[in-house]
Amino acid sequence: MDAKLLGILLSLLLTLSVQASPNIEHWQTENGAEVYFVPAPELAMVDITVAFDAGAARDGKQSGLALLTNAMLNEGAGGLDTDQIAIAFEDVGAQFGNSSQRDMAIISLRTLTEKEAFDPALAMFTKVLTQPDFPEPAFERIKKQMLIGLQAEKQSPSALASRAFYSNVYGEHSYAAMPAGDENSVPQLTLASLNAFYKQYYVAKNAVIVLVGAVTITQAKHIAEQLSSGLVTGEPASSLARVTPTTEEKTIVIEHPSSQTHIVMGQVGMSRGDDDYFTLYVGNHILGGSGLVSQLSNEVREKRGLSYSVYSYFRPMRELGPYQFGLQTRNDQAEEALNVMKTTLKEFTEKGPTEAELLAAKQNITGEFALRLDSNSKIAGYLAMIGFYGLPLDYLETFKSKINAVTVEQIKEAYSRRIKADNMITVLVGGKAE
Amino acid sequence: MLTKFKRIIGLLLVVPAVVTANVSEYQLDNGLKLIVKEDHRAPVVVSQVWYKVGSSYEHNGITGISHVLEHMMFKGTENLGPNEFSQIIAANGGRENAFTGRDYTAYFQTLEKDRLEVSFRLEAERMRKLVIDEAELLKEREVVAEERRMRTEDNPHALVREAFNATAFINSPYHHPVIGWMSDINNYEASDLRQWYQKWYAPNNATVVIVGDVDPVAVYSLAKKYFGPLKPETTAKLKPQTEVEQRGKRTIEVQAPAELPYMMLGWKVPVVNTVEKEQSWEPYALEMLAGILDGGQSARFSRELVRGEEVAASVGAGYGLFSRLADMFLVVGTPAKGKSIAELQLAVMKQVEKLQTELVSEKELHRIKAQVVANAVYERDSVFYQAMQIGMLETIGMDWELTDQYVENVQAVTAEQVQAVAKKYFKDKGLTVAELIPMPLDNKRPVASAGARHGR
Repeated sequence: MDAKLLGILLSLLLTLSVQASPNIEHWQTENGAEVYFVPAPELAMVDITVAFDAGAARDGKQSGLALLTNAMLNEGAGGLDTDQIAIAFEDVGAQFGNSSQRDMAIISLRTLTEKEAFDPALAMFTKVLTQPDFPEPAFERIKKQMLIGLQAEKQSPSALASRAFYSNVYGEHSYAAMPAGDENSVPQLTLASLNAFYKQYYVAKNAVIVLVGAVTITQAKHIAEQLSSGLVTGEPASSLARVTPTTEEKTIVIEHPSSQTHIVMGQVGMSRGDDDYFTLYVGNHILGGSGLVSQLSNEVREKRGLSYSVYSYFRPMRELGPYQFGLQTRNDQAEEALNVMKTTLKEFTEKGPTEAELLAAKQNITGEFALRLDSNSKIAGYLAMIGFYGLPLDYLETFKSKINAVTVEQIKEAYSRRIKADNMITVLVGGKAE
Repeated sequence: MLTKFKRIIGLLLVVPAVVTANVSEYQLDNGLKLIVKEDHRAPVVVSQVWYKVGSSYEHNGITGISHVLEHMMFKGTENLGPNEFSQIIAANGGRENAFTGRDYTAYFQTLEKDRLEVSFRLEAERMRKLVIDEAELLKEREVVAEERRMRTEDNPHALVREAFNATAFINSPYHHPVIGWMSDINNYEASDLRQWYQKWYAPNNATVVIVGDVDPVAVYSLAKKYFGPLKPETTAKLKPQTEVEQRGKRTIEVQAPAELPYMMLGWKVPVVNTVEKEQSWEPYALEMLAGILDGGQSARFSRELVRGEEVAASVGAGYGLFSRLADMFLVVGTPAKGKSIAELQLAVMKQVEKLQTELVSEKELHRIKAQVVANAVYERDSVFYQAMQIGMLETIGMDWELTDQYVENVQAVTAEQVQAVAKKYFKDKGLTVAELIPMPLDNKRPVASAGARHGR
């Protein structure tokens, strides 16, 4: 970095403007669901998210069960079929959503707040959440679609790489499997296990309800009660097993008739609420998390033109989520690109960033803080994360000061303690060099 | 010079609260257009610079040059080193990137509202003072080739789409892909890039769109300060390149390594920009028709083909009303397990026939309209999207106010009009069909090995 840029950075540090974070209202419903609410009166709409600790980490041996349960919620409820449910939402322009990852299973509703739209949309959302029927024909159809999805993965080198990466990083841990399940597990899923899964995990004490939009706190309380009162009180999901980091280097090669080799490399990273969260976050921002200006991008793309995209990121989860590096390059350059990526990581773990790089990263992260919260949907995403992972309510308020407190020494120390550059799991999916 | 100043009260018919959309429009003496939309919900601003140039401006031999030029716009100017643009934006807490389409090339930054000046200073610099360095270009050609491999060469659906467009469009420049053919990518010369830049990158060929927590008058004076001194260019007049009339169904097969079959159908249709004045409702009727087929889980494709007959694993309809040149109405899909492409195609054709012979119900029409009205509210949750809509319309030569009129125009569509466009355009004569023939992937079982990678 040149002196001119450093000068700009230093002058910017003095002009940091003060930013207010949204005021988060938090309470519990009568039967124990956690509620997080931010009013946003400007647009006549509301976003409602209900997140359960009911992701694929709860699949046990029945890989794909959590996803299938989540996907079945709107396929029949309270005696209504899929068509009737879809019509009820879409007649009033409401958008229903569902998704399920390793930790979280989510259902969401976006609707206008005018009564003619809001009342029927919320009524149907409540029904889908609290009275799913799980009808057999839909169950068979969704299973078939999941199998088609698994077939589609086989024609995508990045999907193949991701599956192999998780499986090798996590070994026996429940994070090892993909939420979409596999070709052996999906055909064996049964309605009985699905019903049992719903009963155990879609319960009030295992739920986080998020509301952002043009409703008052009184209305928000009423909505949250309506959603939650139809759920069994139940119990929070038990804690997951600890992740044991792998201790030896491993390389997995998967042949694929592609012109590029997709490389995914990494190891176990950190959890949400990790003591090292901010240190590792800022460190990785410099190494590979800041897009076109990261060290990795500079080495792999800017200097050598080896890949269109190169990145590294932590995916913090309930337990230790992965720390993942990736790029794609022409088959005959795979070795070279991988070496550049490894060398860059190794140097970073040994030397850490420079003061100038750290300053630039802080400027970037704190300067863009307002952009993280500039829409209702982004705020709702943060509330779900704060609620689900039990982060402090002042998480957003203190975010910038925690970023600013990170030092070069802390980054070096945390990287050398936690990131084993010589013990990476590396997956290569691609063809032979031509 | 201020040529127009508009304050628009947006009329969203079903929404109770009156929503005001404050949009101010200016033009500088050098021809640069500035459109400012106020959105005071968060202390941020999105700044986008749109150029009237994209792959549909290109001819054979230099396809993709607009896109590679977009990449080179980050590689240095008279006063900025390679990648310094991005470093300065990052240091200012900004997010930035760029995108190239058939009809536009656009650059954007999202920033805290008091940092807008940084965006203007840098964008003005690279509007007229780009430096195309030979060595940087050679590297960037490689990066773009990798981008093409990632997006197209190794993606069976993208291969089908590319062959499909090249078959359906004979002389329209929508024939070739935005990223360009690989042999063109590998052969751009610095002089090609310099000429392309000289020709299209000028204030009189650009629209600056600002959406966010800003004061339009202050934005205007900032724009005058930075963009005002730039010299305009005599931009070339585009040839119309009107697509020749299609005289019969065209069918192709694409063989590629894949697991699943896939198909793409498309009929030639007009867009808002190309439709005859007397038939200006037609694109909105086609938009409605796309909604009837694929506007949500309750629409016909989902209800009757994915559920119902269970002939499709996935099937979608696509139509964009806003492009510079005439385009297509698309249907894409993958058959359900145990079903064939032929069966899926037949089921789609039956749906088309039904649209031609039976009027859609008022209930269905109402449902699509309700979604359009609601979406107009939801879209306003994103400052970026609002800026996109304005910039895209202006750049294809239309008025940004069409975003506001869009809802009314869709609301006005009748069942008879939906039937009329189905009859008029969904004929075999204007149809192109592409089918993916999956070739074996032949991937071996994962081979695990300790230590370094072997044998490659």
